[in-house]
Amino acid sequence: MIESMHAVTLGHFLMTGAILFVLGLIGFVTRRNLIIMFLCTEMMFQGVAITLIAFSKFHMNMSGQTFVIFLLTVAAAESAMALGLVVLLFRRKRSLDSQVWAQMAG
Amino acid sequence: MTTLAPWISWFPALAAVLCGVCCFKPTLRNYAAPICVIGIFAAFISSLLVINGMDTHGTLHATAFEWIVVGDFVANFSYFIDPLTMIMLMVVTGIGTLVAIYAAGYMRGDRGYARFFFGVSLFVFAMLTLVLADNLVLLYLGWEGVGLCSYLLIGYYYDKPSAVAAAKKAFIVNRIGDLGFAAGIFFCYTTFGTVTMSGDGGIIEQARGMLESGYPVSTATLWIPFLLMLGAFGKSAQLPLYVWLPDAMEGPTPVSALIHAATMVTAGVYMIARMLPVFELSPYALPTVACVGGATAIFAATIALCQYDIKRIYAYSTVSQLGYMFIGVGALSTAGGVFHLFTHAFFKALLFLTAGSVMHALAGQLDLRKMSGLRHKMPVTCWLMFVGCLALAGFPFLAGFYSKDMILAAALQQGLDGHNTMFVVLAIVGLVTALLTAYYTFRLWFRVFMGPEQFEMGEDHHGDDGDTGHDDAHGHAGENVGGPHEMPWLMNGPLVVLALGALLAGVLGQHWIVDNVSHSTAAPHVAHGAHGADHGDGHHGSLLFGMDLHLAMQLISGCIALLGILIAWYFHLQNRAAADRWATRLSGVVTLLENKWYVDEIYDAVIVSPLRALARGFWWIDDKIINGVVMVIAAIPPLLGRAAQPWQRGQLQGYGLTMAAGIAILAFLIIVSVL
Repeated sequence: MIESMHAVTLGHFLMTGAILFVLGLIGFVTRRNLIIMFLCTEMMFQGVAITLIAFSKFHMNMSGQTFVIFLLTVAAAESAMALGLVVLLFRRKRSLDSQVWAQMAG
Repeated sequence: MTTLAPWISWFPALAAVLCGVCCFKPTLRNYAAPICVIGIFAAFISSLLVINGMDTHGTLHATAFEWIVVGDFVANFSYFIDPLTMIMLMVVTGIGTLVAIYAAGYMRGDRGYARFFFGVSLFVFAMLTLVLADNLVLLYLGWEGVGLCSYLLIGYYYDKPSAVAAAKKAFIVNRIGDLGFAAGIFFCYTTFGTVTMSGDGGIIEQARGMLESGYPVSTATLWIPFLLMLGAFGKSAQLPLYVWLPDAMEGPTPVSALIHAATMVTAGVYMIARMLPVFELSPYALPTVACVGGATAIFAATIALCQYDIKRIYAYSTVSQLGYMFIGVGALSTAGGVFHLFTHAFFKALLFLTAGSVMHALAGQLDLRKMSGLRHKMPVTCWLMFVGCLALAGFPFLAGFYSKDMILAAALQQGLDGHNTMFVVLAIVGLVTALLTAYYTFRLWFRVFMGPEQFEMGEDHHGDDGDTGHDDAHGHAGENVGGPHEMPWLMNGPLVVLALGALLAGVLGQHWIVDNVSHSTAAPHVAHGAHGADHGDGHHGSLLFGMDLHLAMQLISGCIALLGILIAWYFHLQNRAAADRWATRLSGVVTLLENKWYVDEIYDAVIVSPLRALARGFWWIDDKIINGVVMVIAAIPPLLGRAAQPWQRGQLQGYGLTMAAGIAILAFLIIVSVL
């Protein structure tokens, strides 16, 4: 009973993933520093990755884990690019504030 | 060498492609003329070889390739050569070669040199396709092809508004005729079940069969000829569709000579001759053709009397002579019609080209009143044109004399034998026209070449607007400073050949033509009711003044030609003041004729202006109503966009929030649906 109460279930993993995801989302929406916003998206990534791995583990289906490997690879490439972009954007305006890039207003 | 038959028309086509290449390479421009001449000459030689390889009165079928095959409907690129085709092949390729050689000199230095020869080669290809076609669809292709080339070449000086207008006029007037022609082809297919003309089961065989078994029951056969006729009248410039031909003189002179005198405009005559059995199916068709021809002949001749533009005089003369050909065909003397086509091709091409030489020498001057006594400046041109004029006037023993008499005698015979007053009247109309022809032809010649030497130079070289800058590039621009000059032999050489043709084509060609036509599809059906005694040769019909009709007619029209020439001599050489006195005395008539019976004005008021008003009405509907509805509909999406615009604030966080909200709503919906 106790053992079962303390056993780690799928729900815990999913909850962790969801918390990471939502934290990232909140951070993305509330913060204005481009680098922080970028890191927040990375956090959302990790939330999704944990969810995938948890499903993979508990359903004994390896494709989820495979998927995560790909996801990490893509995330690595993407972060390199994203940081590069952030540097370029910074050079243009000498600021990391996302509000300065509001010319796209309709 | 009959294996060459499918290739005849493709030599000029190849030349056209090569000339087209020359258009885009300025360095190759001067090669266009030799390419064109060689292409047409190759067609001439191969036609000769093919004809030589055939039996005397044989026919030949050849298929170049399969073109349209849909179920029972077959229209291939197939050719049919019979004795009638041979005559046309000789005319088209022979005259075509001579005119192309002349044009090589005449057009030298012009900006569009290669474009011109592209047009000419393409024209010869289309004309040969027309002449050789074994089915009506291919004939129609050639028919439209020559129309297109005519349009392109009339509008050759495309920076000159009058040339552009003339080109459009020619194209549109021809469309009216071609509409009838196309409808005629459709009805031919529904009636005969095929569009092939020759051979067993072809239209001509079927029509002959119907003629032999008495008149057919189908009413379609009664008016198919009238539809086909409409096309012929458009292409061959007969009333009421002749108006385009005089304006077509805006094109370069070699074009007028080749297309608008010798070959294309005779396509209508050729088509009727080729389809003669079909025309014989309707008892009213050929008399109608003859009447229209007669009316056109005298009508155009009267206009030619009072024109001052030398090319226009010849243009009206062409219309008039084509009228003769239609009288001939209509009087069942296809031999006469085709013979006149043949001789006319020589002397009218000669006349146009000599007129071109005069125009060339006088820097574009075409006004008869501004030139006189040019015989010393241009002796060769003078006497070449003299030969052409004699032939056109029907002076005894020249080309036009024989062919015109054959037509008139045939008409008279038709009238006397068949007790048909209409044909007698037509013959008399033809004789009056012959008088007018002799008069206006020599009026021109005496005015231009005889009398005191006077001239006024025109403003440019080829009758174009002169500011195109090709004057400098012109081969002998410098010579023009010293006044008119004789043409180089490159240009006079072909004219000599044409002049020989004008002298001798009548004597030497008559037997050949009559023999050929009587063994072709153009041979009139013998057992054709009251008509039909006439084949152009060997007949035993009525007598006139106790003489054989042909002999009588030759005497009469010879005298008439001499009379016309004498009148012209008196008024335009001997006593020019008298001519002016008469002109003032008859000023009403002269004004009427100078203004061409006001036909253009009448057409403008009755047809062109109402159509234009209608078009303007349609345009208003299109612009305001149809376009208005479309514009209203097109205005809706931008309005929607403008309404949604404030949402687009450009804030990264804002977009992120919207995205998150979207995901939340989706997740919510999924969870609710799962629970």
